[in-house]
Amino acid sequence: MSDAIANTQETVWNSEDSPWIGFRSGRWVDHIDVRDFIQRNYTPYCGDAGFLAPATDRTTALWEHVRELIARENEAGGTLDVDTETVSTITSHAPGYIDRDRELVVGLQTDAPLRRAVMPKGGIRVARKACEAYGYTLAPSIAEIFTRYRKTHNDGVFDAYTPEMRAARSAGIITGLPDSYGRGRIIGDYRRVALYGVERLIEDKESQKSSVEIGSLEEGSIRLREELSEQIAALAELAELARSYGSDVTRPARNAREAIQWLYFAYLAAVKEQDGAAMSLGRVATFLDVYIERDMANGSLTEAAAQELLDHFVMKLRLVRFLRTPEYNELFSGDPTWVTEALGGMGTDGRPLVTRTSYRMLHTLYNLGSAPEPNLTVLWSSALPAPFKRYAAQVSIDTSSIQYENDDLMRPYWGDDYGIACCVSAMRLGKQMQFFGARCNLAKALLYAINGGRDELNGIQVGPRFEPIAGEYLDYGEVMEKFDFFLDWIANLYINALNVIHYMHDRYCYERLQMALHDRDVYRTMACGIAGLSVCADSLSAIKHGRVRMVRDEADTVVDFVFEESGRDEIAMFGNNDDAVDTIAVDLVERFMTKLRKNRTYRNSDPTLSVLTITSNVVYGKKTGNTPDGRKAGEPFAPGANPMHGRDKHGALASLSSVAKLPYEFAQDGISYTFSIEPASLGPDPGSRVANLVSLLDGYTDEGGHHINVNVLDRDLLRDAMEHPERYPQLTIRVSGYAVNFVKLTREQQLDVINRTFHTRM
Amino acid sequence: MGGRTIGGGIAGVAGAARDPRAAGDAGPGAASTTVRIHSVTTFGTVDGPGIRYVVFFQGCPLRCRYCHNRDMWGRRGGREWRVLDLAADIERYAPYLRPAGGGVTAGGGEPLLQAAGITELFSLAHRLGLTTALDTSGHSTVSPPVESLLDECDLVLLDIKQMDDARHRELTGVSNRLTLEFARGVARRRIPLRLRYVVLPGYTTDPADIAAFGEFAASLSGVEQIELLPYHAMGRYKWEAVGARYALHDVDPPTAEEMHRIREQLAPFSVPVRMPEVR
Repeated sequence: MSDAIANTQETVWNSEDSPWIGFRSGRWVDHIDVRDFIQRNYTPYCGDAGFLAPATDRTTALWEHVRELIARENEAGGTLDVDTETVSTITSHAPGYIDRDRELVVGLQTDAPLRRAVMPKGGIRVARKACEAYGYTLAPSIAEIFTRYRKTHNDGVFDAYTPEMRAARSAGIITGLPDSYGRGRIIGDYRRVALYGVERLIEDKESQKSSVEIGSLEEGSIRLREELSEQIAALAELAELARSYGSDVTRPARNAREAIQWLYFAYLAAVKEQDGAAMSLGRVATFLDVYIERDMANGSLTEAAAQELLDHFVMKLRLVRFLRTPEYNELFSGDPTWVTEALGGMGTDGRPLVTRTSYRMLHTLYNLGSAPEPNLTVLWSSALPAPFKRYAAQVSIDTSSIQYENDDLMRPYWGDDYGIACCVSAMRLGKQMQFFGARCNLAKALLYAINGGRDELNGIQVGPRFEPIAGEYLDYGEVMEKFDFFLDWIANLYINALNVIHYMHDRYCYERLQMALHDRDVYRTMACGIAGLSVCADSLSAIKHGRVRMVRDEADTVVDFVFEESGRDEIAMFGNNDDAVDTIAVDLVERFMTKLRKNRTYRNSDPTLSVLTITSNVVYGKKTGNTPDGRKAGEPFAPGANPMHGRDKHGALASLSSVAKLPYEFAQDGISYTFSIEPASLGPDPGSRVANLVSLLDGYTDEGGHHINVNVLDRDLLRDAMEHPERYPQLTIRVSGYAVNFVKLTREQQLDVINRTFHTRM
Repeated sequence: MGGRTIGGGIAGVAGAARDPRAAGDAGPGAASTTVRIHSVTTFGTVDGPGIRYVVFFQGCPLRCRYCHNRDMWGRRGGREWRVLDLAADIERYAPYLRPAGGGVTAGGGEPLLQAAGITELFSLAHRLGLTTALDTSGHSTVSPPVESLLDECDLVLLDIKQMDDARHRELTGVSNRLTLEFARGVARRRIPLRLRYVVLPGYTTDPADIAAFGEFAASLSGVEQIELLPYHAMGRYKWEAVGARYALHDVDPPTAEEMHRIREQLAPFSVPVRMPEVR
């Protein structure tokens, strides 16, 4: 490594046998600094998509094989096979292949594709239930070891949970917590393995460990030393894993194929060791592009071959599977793994971080067909090159598989080398991890405030007992006072529950490999969340601007609400760009975040907040009674920060503008918005559809909106929308000159309208 | 948040209430016309170029049997807004609307019934850097207020319901004479014009009707395109909601073949024809 030509700013590595030949050196040479490597070596691409290559025959044949397996998996009820005999570790399974002659990128979680592994450290009961749900039986020896000899995370958590926490969980005011499943929300900087090789990374960790030989070893430093030792062991196991597949990852990658393979081995090791809810990939495209550009410059790679490597890589990412219980699938339906890859974005120096590989990754959606994984996320800025913006919009329209996040908003917080964990949560790669906290039920918290802490569905005293609201009509001032008090209680309970969870997860289910790919000192956030924001905001608006009468049951619990004087249609509802209610929603976010910050957190992590539900909006809806906004007991909440289904009456931009007001400063774990539209409603022809979607994304970004998931409905999605319109809350159907008034329709009529659209368009 | 500028002359609007509900509280400001509107939609993508803020004006003199906005007929429905407040609401979306020639579209109902108010609105829209489009039946004389309105129109979307006058009356309750004259007036003023034709099987699909329409389109200069709009029944529930009887229960939307055939029949007239994708 000491053959570098020193002293010049832009030194080019030229030692013949160095894997870094041709790279410009910088701080990254002597320190683990992937960002520096990227900044000095990447090639921005501002051209269009014309250069992209179609799938090779090899790719198509391989993918066909994979699709057959996936079809069999679906027929088998969602899980093809489970290895019930082996505890999954980085080195527990023999190598597995799909088609050894065809795969250019190798490595499977177990010894066979789609064969799921048992990972009991999260919880043995959960592991057993998951096996049984699919008709398998966990090996008795494994059950015994993790019951008698090796404690699990789940056991530890329930040893420490307070009765109040248990009551809150079963009532559904906080739920979905990672107390019985892997917490995820950690992104190892997998690129480090490709750039440096494992040997160098181990050396670096050894020197980190030496730095913690200090005068006084107390809890924090003892724990750190242990963690570093675990990390070193995990890195060695990674090398062993790669060796079993015929690769030597102790040294840096020498070309694009090795870079992709090394990076994938690192990711694979993570998903063999952990089954976190979100196992995101990071921000790898621009990094890999450096290697691809080098190979193409020296003639060893063509465009077709480069695309082929990425197609094979993505195929592997689409094969990641975890063994889950049916309860888990209710919270996170559809087998998600959130292999989130962040594409594009702007560098802090003003150059776009878009490269040809940013295009190539999106292009896999054509070569392999659309899919939700990897979770391709475009980091959007209106300053991005116009051709890339147009291409991304086109991909959205054709595949409905991308989401967008506001890079201009996030860059001042996280810099230009952050990834997205799960759906919306930014973090600096290799320097930050999140203590995932799912979300708490804000709408039910409001009901508790009205009922003095008594649950409106089961009558149990869950919250602290205090004076419920008396009388017939809800008074806004009184409600807010009690609600504020109640939010303090729930914030405290929530943080304490998360403290228990993450203490135990570190203790019994530590993410050795992923954390090995982090710096020594890691910034941690306590990633809390809220569900039911629009229900809550609309309810408070109804109370404030209307006259809401309470209906009580025999036990005097308020179980229903009636509007008097004005109907619900007259009251300001979230999603119409109306400050009368939007300021309430903003206040809820600020208020709750402020209360979270008042609590002491495990490892002094910084509390953050997301407005995100995944599919738990349905679960939470089932556990929440009638709310003052007119929502009926059991009805789903809107997902994330979306306005409630049918309450937005002024079109998509008004809806977006309401959401854009929610302050990212108080919701740094992310603000999720889902936008569903029928393609013809984006514009009268393909060109204008792309232009209009780009305008929409530019406008939303400039307004400060954080995230948008664009769902452009094709036949299948439209069929789903027919059955479940509540899943597509801001479904936009536009016919020239026609004013759609979904809110006035019965469900039957709504289905009818959608049906007719389907019919007319198709 | 970046990108928001206020054009000269609209400075008074900036101080106006952001919440249209508080229209009455918007402060002194210059005297402004009021208009009566049914509703607005902020993401209009099929009512002119780019993304458009579409205002549905209340009141219509026609009585089309296939109307999909039946609740906009009455002059007394809807809500009153000061034009200044409406412009202030539009201004909030201007960054979305400015690219790709987007802006404001006045439809309804029949916007020509409120020509003075819309003229003021369009003038304010221009100062915001937005384009203006008028979506109309053209059923009006080109009086001075309508002339002033046309002066502020960047685009006119004109519905030709039926070329045969007798059948036009049957279908809409009025003669087509004013509409055809209006079309000629727009063409004479060289305002970009798009003619819309609702394809209603059995009522507007006779080859003779199509040919007459094609001829008429070709006779006007400045017709950008013909837009064929397939009949749909999504507005049917609105008739039921006001207790009126919908007469076209037995009519189905045109098939893809019918749409293509009509497009072919219009080919000889050399005016570009656009229709929604029929797959």
